[in-house]
Formats: sequence, structure tokens, C-alpha cells
Amino acid sequence: MAWFKRTKSHIESETKRKDIPDGMWVKCESCSEIIHKRQLEQNFHTCPKCNYHFRIGSSEYIEILFEKKSFKELDKKITSSDPLEFVDTKSYKARIKEAIKNTGIYDAVRTGTAKLNGHEVVAAIMDFSFIGGSMGSVVGEKISRAIDKSIKTRRPLLIISKSGGARMMEAALSLMQLAKTSAKLTKLAEQKIPYISVITDPTTGGTTASYAMLGDVNIAEPGALIGFAGPRVIKQATGKDLPKGFQTSEFLLEKGFIDFICHRKELKEKISQLLDLFKN
Amino acid sequence: MAKTVLEFEKPIIELEAKIAEMRKLADTLDIAEEIKSLEEKVSLLQDQIFSSLTRWQIVQLARHPDRPYTLDYIERMTTNFIELHGDRCFRDDKAVVGGFGMLDGQTAMLIGQQKGRDTKSNIYRNFGMMNPEGYRKALRLMKLAEKFEKPVITFLDTPGAYPGIEAEERGQAEAIARNLFEMSRLHIPIIVVIIGEGASGGALGIGIGDRILMLENCWYSVISPESCSSILWRSWDYKEQAAEALKLTARDLLDLKIIDKIVPEPTGGAHRNHEEAAMILKKVLLDELKRLKKIKIDKLIDDRVEKFSNMGVYSE
Repeated sequence: MAWFKRTKSHIESETKRKDIPDGMWVKCESCSEIIHKRQLEQNFHTCPKCNYHFRIGSSEYIEILFEKKSFKELDKKITSSDPLEFVDTKSYKARIKEAIKNTGIYDAVRTGTAKLNGHEVVAAIMDFSFIGGSMGSVVGEKISRAIDKSIKTRRPLLIISKSGGARMMEAALSLMQLAKTSAKLTKLAEQKIPYISVITDPTTGGTTASYAMLGDVNIAEPGALIGFAGPRVIKQATGKDLPKGFQTSEFLLEKGFIDFICHRKELKEKISQLLDLFKN
Repeated sequence: MAKTVLEFEKPIIELEAKIAEMRKLADTLDIAEEIKSLEEKVSLLQDQIFSSLTRWQIVQLARHPDRPYTLDYIERMTTNFIELHGDRCFRDDKAVVGGFGMLDGQTAMLIGQQKGRDTKSNIYRNFGMMNPEGYRKALRLMKLAEKFEKPVITFLDTPGAYPGIEAEERGQAEAIARNLFEMSRLHIPIIVVIIGEGASGGALGIGIGDRILMLENCWYSVISPESCSSILWRSWDYKEQAAEALKLTARDLLDLKIIDKIVPEPTGGAHRNHEEAAMILKKVLLDELKRLKKIKIDKLIDDRVEKFSNMGVYSE
């Protein structure tokens, strides 16, 4: 007989702190390395130890990819007008208002013209922080206009996707944005203007099932979650455990749905190289 | 014919049963007057119930197990239908059927999601949930139609694209995206008909066309009311509210300019009379085909892209 009986099934240590207080230090979500903010920025918001790619917004991509002050934003202030007057536990109007206030941007994508290593491009960059990067009428319209701009100026199109899919609060109108953006891309293709799709963590649902997968070249950042149905939905529907690495960039490369994986620090060079190849 | 009776259909079905019983006695008893008045009552009741259906009730009608499915329409509307199978890459997806058939003497390519009637056939059809090879089969058949300049008619009726491990491995998202892209520029007229459930990208994957028609008692949206409830309300119990919020009926979508036309159903819903439902739809399709054939193909495609480009509501 044991002298001591364990009364709790597992003992939790209190010394392991989960969060690092706000300030100059950030903890890597993958390897737990403590990184100085400046170091993280210099390293393109990726972990210097394990290469984990932190989720970043449009402003960071603009800084990483484009020549200083070359990004000229288009259609900045288009906003959703809540056409269905959608209310769940909260009204959609309130959600939008809150998102604008918290993010300082007007919807889940920013579009503009910019210069990348001397190449004039039209770019659309999604923001996951705005209602999960969801695609509603505004995202569809801005991307559609960006495509128009590409055609009109004959500049290559670059879309950086980061989105949970179609925005539920605009229901069928959101669904139609898949159709709208894909239909518009046929006009770009007709003009033989290159479209480079960069898929980042996470990109799922309607966004993957439309423009994200339709690049002339599809590039993914390492370790990104990319898929149609979300992992939880699949697990629930099939009752099966998901294989390791399922729906990651590496998985999609293996299965043949992206052209290559590119570390964020090499993204600018790789895109530039591709545009050179298309041009010459 | 109705084997399954929905809660709100019960008063109608009960009265009808009563009339049927009385008819049996009509030879010996003089009750013609009473039968007539009861019939009027049924018709009145029917109008009353069907003119004030809630959106959730319409969702239930769209899923009615006795509702005509794609092959029921094809069988009744066309002659010489030959089903064609497979995507030529992986396998034949049974959740979608397609082939050439004749509508009043003109050949068309008919493609649609197919549900099953019972457990066995539902498993065979995967409940009408397509895999990537299904979208690729549909596209192959559309390209075949394009080659021989035959119009395409698609029938939408699915609870969604299949959310499976293998579906993701074979590129469910890419397959749907590819179809949206290719259908947008297919050089033949395309008519899309929503005949039951139009669930999200899974339905839209064969849903790009020049004319979008929708039967009266159908739903079409970005998500099912149940899933919407579970995500936004974090509970499965708000499906009625979700259905209302999503504005997913034919009338809603006509207002939002997402569909072009509502196709009426027989009294009491398409499930009450497959034959009549098919004949109403056939007539509408023939009209639409006639009009589309007059439009030059380049204009047709420009109009198609324009049509979808105009979808969306925003302010600036």
C-alpha cells in the first residue's frame, strides 16, 4: 500500500506562464521562444528560431513588399450597408462599427496600386482582424474594382488572402461574391495579365473556393491553414481524426494545389522574379 | 403521393383524406354538395397556409423527402436522355448526374445534384454532397456541351459540398473555384435552376449562368440555418431565427437581384405533384432557351460577367 495517495489526477505547475505581458516581448505561438518585438519586425514577423509565421495585417504586408510610400489606396471608404438588416446575438451594424473602430480600416480587404521592386502592380491585401477576414459585398466589390484597375492599367494583380470565408451576415450576397470575383478574373485572363495569389494563414471557405485558388501562380506562406471546410466541420461530419499536417501549405503543395511555399522574407524577391519572367 | 407530412401540412392532408373517404360513399349517398364545400375549404386552407409560410417552413419544404429531385425532372421533361459518367481523372461522383437529353426536340446538357430517397440510395448518392471529382465531371460535361454548341441546364439541390478528408485532399476548393471561373466564360447559354436546397459554395459550384431560376419553395444561401445558428448563436436551437435572418427564400433573392425568376410550384408544393412541377418548369425553360439563343454568344458572356459583377450591396 502506498503511503501517499495522489488526490488530484494531474498536478498543474503554476510556474509556467501562458502569456507574456504587453510590451516589448512576444512569445512564439509555435515554439514558445521569447522574441523582442523589434527583432520580430526585422524578421518579417516570423520566429527566428522555428520560422513560425505570425499573422499580420495589410499594413505589414505593404511595408514588407512595396517600395516606400508607393502604395496608393483605392476605394478606401467603401463600407457595408447591412442590406439584410442582419441580427443574431448582436446586430451586424454594431459588428461593423466595432470592427472599424478596432482596426482602423473599413472592411476586410485593402486595395491599391503599388511598386514592388520596380514592378507596377495592383494589390489586394486581406485583413483577418476585420470580422475574420470574411468576404461580403465590400470585399467582392473592392477586388472586382482592383481587377478592373489591373485591366485598365495592364498591371499584374497580386492578391494576398487571409480569410475565414464568406461573411455569414450578408448571406446569399456574400455567396455571390465568389461568383463575382471569379467571373471578373476571366476578364483579366482574357487580357493575359498575370495574377499572383498569395495564400496566408488562415484561408478557408469561400475565399479558397474562388480567387485564392485561381492564381496563374499560387504561392503559400509556410504552415498556413488552407482549405475549404474548416477542420472542426470535417471532424464533426466524418467522425474521423484528421491526419497530421492536414490542410497546411505543405499538405496542399504535396497534393498539387499550390505552386510553391515561400518564406515571408523571400516573398518580395520571388514575386518580383515571377513578374520578370512573365514580362520578358 | 405524399408519404411524409410536415407539421403545417397536416390540416390539409387530413381534410383531403376525409374527402377521399366521402368519395367512396358518394355512389350510395347524396353528398356531392358536402364534398364540394369541403374541397373549397381545402383549397382555401391551402392558400392560407402557403401564403404565410415562414422561412423555416420553406426550408422544410425544400428538404421534403418526397420532393422531385434532378432525375425526376429530367425523366419527365426530356426524351432520349443519356447519362454520362465520370471526370476522366479519378472516378464517377454519384452525387451529381449529367448527360444529354432532348427538350421538345432540342438537345441540351442537363446536370444536377442528386439526392437519394431512402437510406440506401442516399448513401449511394452521398446525400447529394459532391466531391471534387463531381465538380470536375460537371465541368467536363459542360465543355462537351460547349464543343457541340448545346445549351447547359443545371439543377441545384444539395446540403453542401462534402466536408471530408479526401475531398480536401483532392482540392474541393480548387474544383469549385475552377467551375466558377470556367462557367463564367463558357461559350454556350447556361440556365441554372434551384430545385431544392442551395447550400453555399457546394451549390454555386454548378450555379453560374445567364438565367438563375428558383422554384417557389427552395432556399439558397451561404450557409444552412442550422450551421448558422450553431456558429452565430453558439447553439443549434436558433435555426428558425437564422432562417429569417439569412433571407434565403426565392422571394428574398428576387428582391436582392440574385435570382431572375421564381418558378411556381403545384398547389401544396412540388412534392404533391411531380408531373405538374416538371411541366411548369419545362415550359419556363423552353421560353428562356428561346430568348437566350437569340443573343450573340460574346454578348451573352459579357452580360453574364456583368450580371454577377453587379451583385452586392455596399455604400461609399
